[in-house]
Amino acid sequence: MYTQALDAPQPPSAPTDERERLERFQARIDADEKIEPKDWMPEAYRQTLIRQIAQHAHSEIVGMLPEGNWITRAPSLRRKSVLIAKVQDEGGHGMYLYSAAETLGVARGELVAQLLIGRAKYSSIFNYPTLTWADIGTIGWLVDGAAIMNQIPLCRCSYGPYARAMVRICKEESFHQRQGYEIMLTLAGGSAEQRAMAQDALNRWWWPSLMMFGPSDTDSKHTAQSMRWKIKRFTNDELRQRFIDATVPQAEYLGLMVPDPELRWDETTGHYVHGPIDWSEFHAVLKGDGPCNRERLAARRAAHEAGRWVREAAAAYAEKQAASARDAQAG
Amino acid sequence: MNEDWMLYEVFIRARSGLEHKHVGSLHAADARMALEHARDTYTRRQEGVSIWVVRSSEILASDPAEADALFEPARDKVYRHPTFYAIPEEVKNL
Repeated sequence: MYTQALDAPQPPSAPTDERERLERFQARIDADEKIEPKDWMPEAYRQTLIRQIAQHAHSEIVGMLPEGNWITRAPSLRRKSVLIAKVQDEGGHGMYLYSAAETLGVARGELVAQLLIGRAKYSSIFNYPTLTWADIGTIGWLVDGAAIMNQIPLCRCSYGPYARAMVRICKEESFHQRQGYEIMLTLAGGSAEQRAMAQDALNRWWWPSLMMFGPSDTDSKHTAQSMRWKIKRFTNDELRQRFIDATVPQAEYLGLMVPDPELRWDETTGHYVHGPIDWSEFHAVLKGDGPCNRERLAARRAAHEAGRWVREAAAAYAEKQAASARDAQAG
Repeated sequence: MNEDWMLYEVFIRARSGLEHKHVGSLHAADARMALEHARDTYTRRQEGVSIWVVRSSEILASDPAEADALFEPARDKVYRHPTFYAIPEEVKNL
């Protein structure tokens, strides 16, 4: 991944030139070639990727909050170590993704500023509260499970730095999902109270997890173009269906009930059929009116402000070291 | 607004015997902090035994638009590959 300083501005070109370039670009994509940072790319491709990768990065960073909430209250030292490692991974994933976005010529500070002033989007799922320990199990199992479903095809995305970041992330994400399911297994095999806690968490997280795949294909504005550019490989509904097909048997194994009275197995298609999704809830959460939107942003802002003196001190120290190195050289 | 620390590129040697390989980038106030951040960001699962960091602005990269001029001349020099030469099958150890 190269610095934006290396990305010289595109020279202005005649319209016919532009059309030829676009055709050549699409031909490269169609031939499954990867696009790398300094390659020519249409401005819309660049902007689409910046928006998607930044949203993805913000989601990782904000996603640390609901789980961080339980680190001090994890039920054992083992669970605590695991949760700390998982939350640290999420922070790392945010870093990989911000780096990938930066190769497209946007500064990290700018992306972070957009998040802090509330202008950037992040995954709606992180605006729900983590009320009990079972929520931590459910997040690993369902939320990370849905994330993996989304992210595996992104490993083949046409933009090289994004694809490489996703390979790294997917490798690490698998532990997140398994540790979550393990928590659920423990609770499901526990007391009546623990089983009720697991069921309650599933009741609250099931629908928001399905919404993670985004609006239905009929309402998804960007899908067609993103698929032509091979940024996206499957539609929202295709991925959502895969997730449901994979997850329902896992819930059955736990002895838990998926909170969808219309859910049924369709013998002919070999898929589960699910009831209608309440998209008004999805849009409200996305617009900022979910249970925790304000709390999440307030926590991010507070963390950013609390870290300001550290950033300033580190910069001052580096400057001082550099100055004394220069003096030593001159002397 | 941009108060970002400098950008560094990170290279990791997975095991001794292998070369350092580019893995990504990060921001740091100085080179030493870049090494520490690289360790936390890119080696949480024993991915490496050695780290290099280098200021991104110090890297001079070739221009993809000039790729043809740079690499095309090698295309017609197939005689640089061993398969260019026809050797009778009965001749061994060549």
